[in-house]
Amino acid sequence: MKLGYYPGCSLKGGSREYKESVVAVCRKFDIHLVEVPDWNCCGATAAHNMNKELSLALPARILAQAESAGLDEIVVPCAACYNRLKVTQHEMAHQPELAEKVKAILGMEYKGSTSILNIIQLIEKYILPNLDDHYYRPFNYKAACYYGCLLVRPHSILQFDRAEDPQTMDEAIRKIGGTPVDWEFKVECCGAGMSVSRTDLVAKLTGKVVENALYRKAEVIIVACPMCHSNLDMRRPDVNKYLGVETTIPVLYITQAIGLAVGIDEKTLGLQRHFVPVHLPERNEIVDMPAELVTTQGKEE
Amino acid sequence: MARIGVFICHCGENISATVDCAKVANTIAKINGVAYSTDYKYMCSDPGQTLIKDAIREKHLTGVVVAACSPRMHEPTFRKAVAEAGLNSFLCEMANLREHVSWVHEKAESTTQKAIDIVRTLVEKVKKNQPLDPIKVPVTKRAVVIGGGVAGIQAALDIANCGHEVVMIEREPSIGGHMSQLSETFPTLDCSQCILTPRMVEVAQHPNITLYTYAEVIGLEGFIGNFKVKVRKKSKSLDEDLCTGCGLCTTKCPVKKIPSEFEQGLGFRPAIYVPFPQAVPNKPVIDRINCTYYTKGKCRVCEKVCPTKAIRFDQEDEIVDIEAGALVLATGFNILKTNFFPEYGYGKYKDVIDGLQFERLASASGPTLGEIRRPSDGKVPEKIVFVACAGSRDPAKGIEYCSKICCMYTAKHAMLYKHKVHNGEAYVFYMDIRAGGKNYEEFVRRAIAEDDAKYVRGRVSTIYERDGKLIVKGADTLLNGRPVEIEADMVVLATAGIANHGAEELAQTLHVSYDAYKFFAEAHPKLKPVETNTAGIFLAGACQAPKDIPESVAAASGAAVKVAALFSNDELTRDPLVAVVNRFGPPLFSTCVGCFMCQPVCPYQAIEKEEIKDRAGNVFKVLAKVNPGLCQGCGTCVALCRSKSIDIYGYTNQQVYQEVVALLNE
Amino acid sequence: MSSVQHQVQKKGSLMEEILDSREISVQKCYQCGKCSAGCPVAEDMDYPPSVIMRMVQTEDKAMEEAALRSMTIWLCVTCETCAARCPMEIDIPGVMDYLRQRSYEKGMANPKANHIISFHKAFLDSIDYTGRLYELGLIVDYKMRSFQLQQDVDLAPGMIARGKLGFFPELIKGRKNMTDIFRKTLHKKGGLK
Ligand code: SF4
Ligand code: SF4
Repeated sequence: MKLGYYPGCSLKGGSREYKESVVAVCRKFDIHLVEVPDWNCCGATAAHNMNKELSLALPARILAQAESAGLDEIVVPCAACYNRLKVTQHEMAHQPELAEKVKAILGMEYKGSTSILNIIQLIEKYILPNLDDHYYRPFNYKAACYYGCLLVRPHSILQFDRAEDPQTMDEAIRKIGGTPVDWEFKVECCGAGMSVSRTDLVAKLTGKVVENALYRKAEVIIVACPMCHSNLDMRRPDVNKYLGVETTIPVLYITQAIGLAVGIDEKTLGLQRHFVPVHLPERNEIVDMPAELVTTQGKEE
Repeated sequence: MARIGVFICHCGENISATVDCAKVANTIAKINGVAYSTDYKYMCSDPGQTLIKDAIREKHLTGVVVAACSPRMHEPTFRKAVAEAGLNSFLCEMANLREHVSWVHEKAESTTQKAIDIVRTLVEKVKKNQPLDPIKVPVTKRAVVIGGGVAGIQAALDIANCGHEVVMIEREPSIGGHMSQLSETFPTLDCSQCILTPRMVEVAQHPNITLYTYAEVIGLEGFIGNFKVKVRKKSKSLDEDLCTGCGLCTTKCPVKKIPSEFEQGLGFRPAIYVPFPQAVPNKPVIDRINCTYYTKGKCRVCEKVCPTKAIRFDQEDEIVDIEAGALVLATGFNILKTNFFPEYGYGKYKDVIDGLQFERLASASGPTLGEIRRPSDGKVPEKIVFVACAGSRDPAKGIEYCSKICCMYTAKHAMLYKHKVHNGEAYVFYMDIRAGGKNYEEFVRRAIAEDDAKYVRGRVSTIYERDGKLIVKGADTLLNGRPVEIEADMVVLATAGIANHGAEELAQTLHVSYDAYKFFAEAHPKLKPVETNTAGIFLAGACQAPKDIPESVAAASGAAVKVAALFSNDELTRDPLVAVVNRFGPPLFSTCVGCFMCQPVCPYQAIEKEEIKDRAGNVFKVLAKVNPGLCQGCGTCVALCRSKSIDIYGYTNQQVYQEVVALLNE
Repeated sequence: MSSVQHQVQKKGSLMEEILDSREISVQKCYQCGKCSAGCPVAEDMDYPPSVIMRMVQTEDKAMEEAALRSMTIWLCVTCETCAARCPMEIDIPGVMDYLRQRSYEKGMANPKANHIISFHKAFLDSIDYTGRLYELGLIVDYKMRSFQLQQDVDLAPGMIARGKLGFFPELIKGRKNMTDIFRKTLHKKGGLK
């Protein structure tokens, strides 16, 4: 199966392991990712902090590029890019005057017809239904699924999952044999765009997230956003300083967790690239496993 | 030859500010058949009416046009005046120069011209008006009250005490409604049950009141004075005549853990149950969904233990038709449940409760016998946060209105808590304190000043659990929006009052209009607050909008008076503006071909079949006939009739034609 | 906050501009404070979001200026928590966006926000030149602009070791197109309203 793909800058740079795990998992499930040709940066927080039209024109160019390449459905693994693309598509569709302005700036044809998937939607739609075919071992850990802001808000536009307490990532973790913990900070903000310019703020916000995950006895934090990842992982020394304890809870991309469950090796998934080392205990026995997975497991062995 | 009188009203300055009334009068005076035309400041006033009456007598008028405000406002006034002067009241028509002209246009030549045109058409119409006689229909002097909460009880007792029969229909196994669940009532703190129970008993014992509990209205036919109400009496699986209400069955039933509706899920009840000890009637019903016999085919313990052998497992629902002259809707309201709030945990925290649940906790007869204990672990909470406006005044949640009762009951809750737990702390997050009502503001002030309820002005953003505490994140907008975080043991959400479940279906069954929130709509927000748009159906209490007890009771008495007034006549008169299928006889000829296309389109089922017989008594054709008692004069059938055999009195084809011609002839 | 000598302007208030250009009605805010209660950075702001809303509502010149000079607008991380919970469905982050843009254009940005602005500018310049984000370049550029030379130096070796920091920018083909877009938006003379 072919699927359009917008990696975005983070996946090409600081979040290489996310790209690696996305690509590896998709390959395993016979999803052929076709990159949007000559794509540009979506502008991220910077653009819409500084200039409205710019913040729309950059994502619109990406969508226009996808359209011209005939990609009707694209997956956008980076939550920030996903958010910018979706919001742009929505605003262009609902504010015709603004749309005209942006199209003029763009100087390209733009229809706005591309269907945009985030990584969790891709997993829900194309991975989980075929999970049985590749299931290798349970991802048998207590996981705090961290959605953050950009995947779920604004709810009125993204219409993704239920507000305040989303469940789809938890559901995916459950399907691969994990136990999602019920925790309070799954949609709190990590500080995202302040990562470089206000590290102190990020340490505080991210610190609260890590603390709550640990309080709820999570063994691993699962994310679907490069910004969340870098704040939770790369910024961990600052976080630890804020919390006053040495926390070691690893932070995995959802695709890395799935990758492990379907038997992709750690290196391919880029686990070695994390700052907080990923030492998940070997645990192949089935504890707290949902019944339907117990049978799957039996079949595999 | 027609002699029409035309009376142009200034409506103070409402009309004359933009319409040149004198010019209208002068222009109209020149029309053929107009015998008199004048203008006056207030036509509806006494001198104004006298002006009309005198003109009728002196000028021997054959028809009258009053050009003034909306006929909805003053048509009855002027028709009565015309009748007093000896003219048939239906020879009077109104032209609406206020809503249709002066209020919607600027002052201009063309505005005056529009007024002239409208009056002109009415003059032509009235020339073709026929004298009509009001329709008389008999009145069944029995009222049906739907709903047995405090409003229904009040309405039923008031009507019954006027000497009229009342049938009360209650959906639950007992009457009493929400008021029976409350602990103490603001602003006097008297015990809710203590003041309500005697009235419940009075309903049961009143010779004029028949009580159907566990029953629902499923159909309505007829019209004011002559309704037929179809009721399903759900099977209670019980012979009520034999049952003595000893309660043995309820103690022996092996199914014990069904969350009690009455206790708002904070207590349990068996499958055969009486909702609460003071229930009226105090006889059990079997909840068939949870009864082991109905679900698994075995058990029948209640049957075995019943000393009077009153259990009837094979009892079926019973459908009864009740003839009634009027209905009072008193079906009450409901509140949002805590699971409506994503940001407050979707209902997953046991110690986040709603206001009704708090009432049960505070009630001496409740699951904790009046001690404030939190549901999760039964601990007495040391700190409670009350959240006002939970869901109310919140367009994002689809509820724009103020639920009205929460400010007061939240103050009461804080007060009750402080009275019961002396060293407890009560925080109230609020946006505004709406305490308009006798002794209400004083009550709230007492809660704050004397009982030390800490009021914080701001909405709560989120609530989550931590170490057995609930972390409440709010803000103090009176301190520059400073974030406030409180670790509470329990949170009480004053959730929005909403229309009761089933309200929409009932409204549709009864042809009563309802608003966007599914509350029943009154006929006029100020002047007809207890009437509905369907004549003969009245409203009482919170089924119309959230209301507190005094308001509900007042509305109920208001509705009762309307019913009593209706029942003070043996006959009702109605405007004869109904459809007729033409007949030229004898023998009965008609242009009606009997196609009966009109029958299915009539929204009121007013079209009947009439068999036309020859001298020998054999049917030789079947024609349509309109039942004038049912017809509401909507005119749908007129538009549909291919052979143009139907006309509406007061708006005949000919009259309308004349109006159109008048407009075209300018 | 000094006493408000309401100098209400009949035309051209921020509130009006926001309504006209962004279709956001600040007037609808009834000061419930729910936004401030849930905002993760409210404690660090000089005025929590609800207060900013109120300042804009006054249509008072001094208040508007204070809002434009506030640190709040630069600290807002656009997490959308406030908008998700605002009972009046006001796009509060959209208001913040607008105020930021105006503040920058008018040269009224809070001096303490310089780092943040430098970062945004460095970020956008990187895209302007190459089409994609060039992280190493961005960091160097940001450090030059903000004089935060020491910050995060300890991170760089780790990133390089983990293959997270590319040494060469990726250049896209449509760079002219990108420059055009920037010329018509951010670099437009006089800024955009
Ligand atoms: S949440 Fe909305 S209505 Fe409430 S203060 Fe903030 S902006 Fe105003
Ligand atoms: S979007 Fe900005 S103002 Fe709103 S809650 Fe997040 S940081 Fe605060």
